[in-house]
Amino acid sequence: MVLAEDLAKQQRSISVAEFFEKNKHLLGFDSPTRGIITTIKEAVDNALDACEEAEVLPDIFVGIKKVDAEVYRITVEDNGPGIVPENVPLVFGKLLYGSRFHQIRQSRGQQGIGISAAVLYAQLTTGIPARVTSRTGAKARAHRFELMIKTETNEPEIISHEEIDWDRTHGTRIEIQFKSTLAAKKRLVDYLRLTAIVNPHARITADIDGEVTTFERVSGEVPPCPKPILPHPHGIEFGALKRIAAASTGTVEEFLIGSFSKVGKKTADEMIALAGLKPSRKVNKLESDELKRLLDAMQAVKVPAPPAQQCLSPIGENLICKGLEKEIQLDFIKARTRPSTVYGGHSFIIEAAIGYGGKVPPEGTAQLFRFANRVPLLYQQGACAITSCASQVNWKSYGLSQQGLPMGPVLIMVHVASTNVPFTSESKDAVASIPEIEREVVLVLQELGRELKTYLYRRDKKKQQDDRARAICSVIPEIAAKVSEIVEQPLVDTSPIEGKIMRKVVAKKRTVDGKVRIDVNNYTAKEVTLVLYNLSRDAAEDAKPRPDFVDSIDGEYNKVWRHTLDAGEAWQIVYTGSGDGSVDLRGVEDGRKVVVDLDV
Amino acid sequence: MSREEMDALAKERLVGIARTWYDQMRDGIVPFIRLPTRTKRNIEYDDASEVWKYGERESTRAATNEKGAVHLLKMAYLIGFLKQQLVENRSSTLRELYYISEGWKKAKFGAQDESNHLIEDLEIITEVQREAFHLRPEEDGASVFGPLRIRETTRRGVKEMHCQEDVGEAGYPIPNNVDNLEFVDHDAKFVIAIETGGMYARLMENGFDEEYGAVLVHLKGQPARSTRRVLRKLNDSLGLPVVVFTDGDPWSYRIYASVAYGSIKSAHMSELLATPQAQFIGVQPSDISDYNLPADHLTEQDVSALKAELTDPRFATDYWRSQINLQLEMKLKSEQQAFASRGLDFVTKEYLPTRLSEMGII
Repeated sequence: MVLAEDLAKQQRSISVAEFFEKNKHLLGFDSPTRGIITTIKEAVDNALDACEEAEVLPDIFVGIKKVDAEVYRITVEDNGPGIVPENVPLVFGKLLYGSRFHQIRQSRGQQGIGISAAVLYAQLTTGIPARVTSRTGAKARAHRFELMIKTETNEPEIISHEEIDWDRTHGTRIEIQFKSTLAAKKRLVDYLRLTAIVNPHARITADIDGEVTTFERVSGEVPPCPKPILPHPHGIEFGALKRIAAASTGTVEEFLIGSFSKVGKKTADEMIALAGLKPSRKVNKLESDELKRLLDAMQAVKVPAPPAQQCLSPIGENLICKGLEKEIQLDFIKARTRPSTVYGGHSFIIEAAIGYGGKVPPEGTAQLFRFANRVPLLYQQGACAITSCASQVNWKSYGLSQQGLPMGPVLIMVHVASTNVPFTSESKDAVASIPEIEREVVLVLQELGRELKTYLYRRDKKKQQDDRARAICSVIPEIAAKVSEIVEQPLVDTSPIEGKIMRKVVAKKRTVDGKVRIDVNNYTAKEVTLVLYNLSRDAAEDAKPRPDFVDSIDGEYNKVWRHTLDAGEAWQIVYTGSGDGSVDLRGVEDGRKVVVDLDV
Repeated sequence: MSREEMDALAKERLVGIARTWYDQMRDGIVPFIRLPTRTKRNIEYDDASEVWKYGERESTRAATNEKGAVHLLKMAYLIGFLKQQLVENRSSTLRELYYISEGWKKAKFGAQDESNHLIEDLEIITEVQREAFHLRPEEDGASVFGPLRIRETTRRGVKEMHCQEDVGEAGYPIPNNVDNLEFVDHDAKFVIAIETGGMYARLMENGFDEEYGAVLVHLKGQPARSTRRVLRKLNDSLGLPVVVFTDGDPWSYRIYASVAYGSIKSAHMSELLATPQAQFIGVQPSDISDYNLPADHLTEQDVSALKAELTDPRFATDYWRSQINLQLEMKLKSEQQAFASRGLDFVTKEYLPTRLSEMGII
């Protein structure tokens, strides 16, 4: 017994703050390098959420400044609605304090841990308090706080508080100093770029130790702020049911209809009957085993899916494409937003995009961009359900080679929007394997794969046509010249071959002995009116026929001819010059023209 | 056929190809040419001549895409060049030809393999040999040593010599154009073609040629065309049996196959180059175990080469199937010089005489 008493002396409660002090990795503060990204991520997530709620177009500034050898000052400032002074210490100085935890809707942050964890991390590594400035509107003055967290009690400690003048009308600014390194600078910039991609309505400016990068917005519309909804009967657990039942005053029937999504009288009665309860029973008087029966009945009865339109805010196909294109140059981009679905009573929508070519690295496996509720997921790609889905898809049937992920200049973007994104851990790095979600991800990637296949097919066909055009318009004339020389006959005319094979309008530029010749043949069956552009350093003053228009820019002459060619007719332009520059033919649709520059 | 007649024929056939293309283009047809497919899948055994020749499969080379068009352009330049060479009565080596193409812009050869291959294509289409285009291979033929008197027409007159008495230790070097070579007289009973120089020298040093009336022919690895023509001629015109003695590995069996059955690359000339009666003497995979020869393990490439040979029509006999399968089982290979492990005389005193009498040659 002595031992038990001894032990009892050591047994005491642990505050959340103390717990997280010892378990930093759970929140993404496992290393100084990562700490910097996590801090910025949390602050930016909060800023974007706040702006969305206030329906303001976000303008976010992120600053990282080296203070001394190891210490960096992180600043994140937004133009959101600000925080009332009474709440500032709680928001930044108390773990698990937040506005969104109890709501059922899509939001970036949720538990109210992130930013206060950063404050705690700063306090642990440098002991310097966090400085928060916030102003709620033109009529109020700004308040500046210096805050710390009392780890034993998880309560904020206000070091200083003053009212100040601030040139912003509304917004919040937080400055935190902690020990870190900029080793992960590239990942940080990637994070900001990815954030800008899925938040096309935001402008983000980053000043990383003097190096300023701005991610411009491409959409001037604030996405509609998702509205909280009531819990869905299929998505509730016993503890939550017991809690809300206890706080409720009505009958079981009123309770079911009033506290849950998509439950009407008919559904409620069905549940009550199945649970073997009287509809008139007061819900706060139910025994535990009765509540358990009620919960089973709620799960068993069929209930329509929760109202996703209201509580979810997908980015949309158009904005996904715009967002990706503004940050990454692509030859092909296609996005899909799937209809909303449900897993375990939680609504979710899968959106995805596939990009190809452009500046995407052509070697190695595809780039995979993962997002959850508009937040990029940077770590643990291998552990994420999105990755395993992307590897499950048979990309070979869409014309890509594959080693798990597809290979080549491919970019895959997947966004999971949900009232409750199932993460594998609290650091929110990887989406857990939920069959309903996996099914949707695979489906959307297959849809996009088919689109990509069509694009690749068209591109290859075009390539083939170009290849053919080059063979016919540039190599065959050379064969003709050589062969005619060998058989000692006059030069054989290859234009019948061109005409027969091409059935197009063919423009050829060839420079011989200082004479530039542009031949245009209309091998189609229709009359065409074409406009020929020839941009080069040649002024072409002796051109026959004369150009209809000449424009000179920086020593380059843009010569333009307009001409109508009957079916089967040929036309030639000749002038003295060097034959550099380019030729372009307009007025004829792409599939019916071939432009060959034999001087290249 | 006189030299002048041969030149005229070669020139006419080459220009004929160009004329076909000229006519095609004049008629608005994209120029093309048909050739037998030159792969293992398209060689067939010809009962009449007893050699492997190209089969019915044909490939078409047409100028419908850039690659095909450039191929024809290269061929056109090559024909133009060869025509000029014939007209001017000059000659060049295959290597020189490759360098000459430097000035052909788009028609320039990427590598010498490409020009060699095109020359073979032209041989097939024109049915004349590259010698008729005044082209010489780079490598010289191998050498011959044995009781044989030959007469060679050289640029500097006709020379006659005996391949034991009038030659040094290296033997008589086979000229590039075997058409200039005649056999005057011989006292031989058979011909033994040997892969490596070491074994050739061993047989010579041990007096194997004198003792058994053997003509020794050094193959120098994969034999040049001229070497193969000499073997064919020794077999054909003198009626001497030919045996081939190589290392015991898959690459050496291909040397034997090209002597006996012709090579895939030059199947269009098998009748001139192959010696269907040539027999493989060794090293056989069974010799490795029978004589307990020092051996190396087969490499991955060796194994896949052996497996490829099992699907090669030239090796589709019971003898080769059982020997190749045996080797795949043993996973071993031996060089011909491995016989030295049983003494320097073993190969000439024991192994070869035993094998030759088994084969009914002595």
